[in-house]
Amino acid sequence: MNQPKRSRLVWWVVFLVGVSYFALPLLGTFFFSLQAQPIYAGYTNILKDPGFYNSLLYSFIVGLITIAVSILIIVPTAFWVRLKLPWLRPYIEFITLLPFVVPPIILVFGLLNTYSHPPFRLTASNTGSDVLLVAAYVILSFPYMYRAVDSGLRTIDVRTLTEASQSLGAGWVRIMWQVIFPNLRVSILSGAFLTLAIVVGEYTIATFLGRHAFGPYLSLIGGNKAYEPAAGSLISFGITWIAMGLLTLIGRGSRQRVQVAGAR
Amino acid sequence: MPASARGASSTRSGRRRFNPSILGVLPFLIFAFAFLIIPASYLVIGSLQDKTGAFTTQNYADLTKDGVGGPREAYLTSIEISAVTAIAGAILGFLLAYAVISGGLPKALRSGLMTFSGVASNFAGIPLALAFVFTLGSNGLFTVLLRDAGINIYDSGFKLYSKFGLELVYLYFQFPLMVLIIAPAIDGLRKDWREASENMGASTFQYWRYIALPILLPTLMGSTLLLFGNAFGAQATAFQLAPLVNIAPVLIGKQMSGDVLHNPGLGYALAIGMVAIMGVAILAYSVLQRRSERWMR
Amino acid sequence: MSFLELTGIQKRFGEVAAVADFNLAAERGEFVSFLGPSGCGKTTTLRMIAGFEQPTAGTIVIDGADVTRRPPNRRNVGMVFQSYALFPNMTVGGNIGFGLKVRKVSTDKVKAKVAELLTMIHLPDKGDRYPYQLSGGQQQRVALARALAIEPQVLLLDEPLSALDAKIRVALRKEIRSIQRQFGITTVYVTHDQEEALSLSDRVVVMSEGRVEQIGTPAEIYNFPATPFVASFVGTLNLVNAKVIEAATGRLSVAGQEVVAAKPISEAHDGGSVTLALRPESIELGEGGGSNRFHGPIEDVSFLGSIVRMRLRLDGTDGPTISLDTFNDPNLNPPAIGEIVTVSFPRESSLVVGAGTKPEIDVVAEA
Repeated sequence: MNQPKRSRLVWWVVFLVGVSYFALPLLGTFFFSLQAQPIYAGYTNILKDPGFYNSLLYSFIVGLITIAVSILIIVPTAFWVRLKLPWLRPYIEFITLLPFVVPPIILVFGLLNTYSHPPFRLTASNTGSDVLLVAAYVILSFPYMYRAVDSGLRTIDVRTLTEASQSLGAGWVRIMWQVIFPNLRVSILSGAFLTLAIVVGEYTIATFLGRHAFGPYLSLIGGNKAYEPAAGSLISFGITWIAMGLLTLIGRGSRQRVQVAGAR
Repeated sequence: MPASARGASSTRSGRRRFNPSILGVLPFLIFAFAFLIIPASYLVIGSLQDKTGAFTTQNYADLTKDGVGGPREAYLTSIEISAVTAIAGAILGFLLAYAVISGGLPKALRSGLMTFSGVASNFAGIPLALAFVFTLGSNGLFTVLLRDAGINIYDSGFKLYSKFGLELVYLYFQFPLMVLIIAPAIDGLRKDWREASENMGASTFQYWRYIALPILLPTLMGSTLLLFGNAFGAQATAFQLAPLVNIAPVLIGKQMSGDVLHNPGLGYALAIGMVAIMGVAILAYSVLQRRSERWMR
Repeated sequence: MSFLELTGIQKRFGEVAAVADFNLAAERGEFVSFLGPSGCGKTTTLRMIAGFEQPTAGTIVIDGADVTRRPPNRRNVGMVFQSYALFPNMTVGGNIGFGLKVRKVSTDKVKAKVAELLTMIHLPDKGDRYPYQLSGGQQQRVALARALAIEPQVLLLDEPLSALDAKIRVALRKEIRSIQRQFGITTVYVTHDQEEALSLSDRVVVMSEGRVEQIGTPAEIYNFPATPFVASFVGTLNLVNAKVIEAATGRLSVAGQEVVAAKPISEAHDGGSVTLALRPESIELGEGGGSNRFHGPIEDVSFLGSIVRMRLRLDGTDGPTISLDTFNDPNLNPPAIGEIVTVSFPRESSLVVGAGTKPEIDVVAEA
């Protein structure tokens, strides 16, 4: 780079200032978590708490199911729209953006209103509520999943690939399974990781549906304990970091751009 | 939104024939209807009901009610926080992104920052709120460090559980979100534009003023809008950190179930107001996106 | 003293020398091309003149002033980029006038100058359009006008036509040359297309792997290539293996047929191997073309428009072939395939280069 030394220095300063802003809260949490007696007690306590494991496991499983359902709905839809119904695309996109606009608390109340009366009385049972939770999370994942898959489809020129497959005699199922899905690996992973991050961190919907997810758990101990929440926060941050790191690693060398933006 | 000819078969008379392909998107549409559109439509229905279920438009009238803890204050506070963190996040995010992309720093820093930004922009809600408490709370790491250095921020009126504190916390995920959104646009600033401008005799300042910023402006504004929407809808963080700060999502929460005087109808109306505001923001964003795409082929 | 002087220019990237020992003295108003394959250092040298790269060693002097250390925005050289680099957020007029605006020229003068240049590039009514609304050729002309607007001391063009169709390329390069002549600006033109370089330049600098192979007029380079690289890169060429019969008198044997070279052979001793280089246009059908003769069956006749190219096999079915070009004459029938003919060429066109010289581009024969 032919950047003059002087301006490069300026950018180094900008970078370091930015990084320290990010690092501070994490450091603060870390040091706080070490103030327990003994020093690692915050971590051991939380790791010993069955509530921690149960809620984390629960959220994880819910997350995985959400991802699976979301992929099964979104990928064929995005594929079909791109290939056969391009005029429908703006409308579908609009629908997938709706979850951005509707606050989660409204969504959950809407769901409660809709599904706590016959004929679809889901809220009465645990399984029913679990189903509702997954459904809500799938909806929440739509913006990210759809955007990721749609831009992936654009990159791989899905039309040409499909025509090539068809000329070689492949049927729709085979095309989806052996051509489209493998080529969308990075996009799907990108959407998947984002969905997982959202699910694991989500609080409002889980609380109002009475589910023992990780979000409500953290809130609970946040109000009750001192050092465990700090440990819990860092652990959840670490898990997300590892997930993102894996995603970047897998996405390296791929033509598709890895989307990692989230919200809330 | 142009209806392109492909995929939609039309008869000579111009009417669109029923295209069986549309069945392919049926699963999606059914799912969206069942779990999104119908529940969300309660928004409208519920906003027109009072506590007894009778029809009323009072809720909408109440939206502009003044007073502490009231809807107007909630909207204004929400808008203020969202706008402040959107603009601040946009500026800071842009600077940081530019630093690692075009600032002459080692390439490895760029991918590290991008990964971190991906994590940080999702680090919202309760863990983030707690993290800030641990850093800037009355016994937080940073507070104590400053106190040892002789500066007591709490004495000068700083409160984490306040509007300002909320802004500080929101910035934590706004900032990296901006980095992620603006990075491709900065990439799109071709090196030869910079060289051409230098060749024409322009200084760095003139390059930014006449070329780089005008080119980036639509994307910058669009990203700021996206950040605005992001902050506007964020609720869990606020609830955890500062339930006493009156912002719209929190108020909705109270109306739905928390407050003794709760009025679900008002909650729904509040939500419609939020949706309207968000909708405008998103619309403006996509208009700007289209404009910037036109230049950057 | 020359107008543009590059002395001892060298550019290293770490261990690699992208440009080594580059020397050039260009006169005012001269049109000089840098010609060579990708990676030969021609663009790097151009960018050093513009100021976007700093030479590791050497000096650049423009009109007596040493500009080697000057930043690019204070050199007053106008550059036309390969990718045009038009500012997308400004109109055509805005682009052209940008350099003047930066120099704080008054708005009226800028408008006048822009109008003048728009007329010159034959786009008088496109001033309010945006770059994305123009075709490639039009954008390139705007880029040229933008560079000329600041009345630069030197005009630099970095493969400006490589992204355009063949027909437009030919038309545009003529326009560039005529505008350059009109303004009398010293110009450096980088290209890998030798036809462009030969047809446009006053002088050509042939480069390869960072070094200058030869500097000369197009005719000099074409007719009297100084090195094997220049011989094979510039123009189309026959390259055939030859055995030296007698080096002192320049006698060679090619597939059993004897010819005499233009000069005594220094590339190898008697009995050794060399490569004979022959321009297709220097060979004539029949015996009237010179004292050297080849005979053999015609293997192929290609109609190239104004030229008819014939391929002749010199020895059996496996031996080397040479190609000759003759002007198309509708009244004359070319020989039939398989017909055995004699061709002739003068001693002076028979160049000898080192054995195993690899063809660079556009070689018409197999050795």
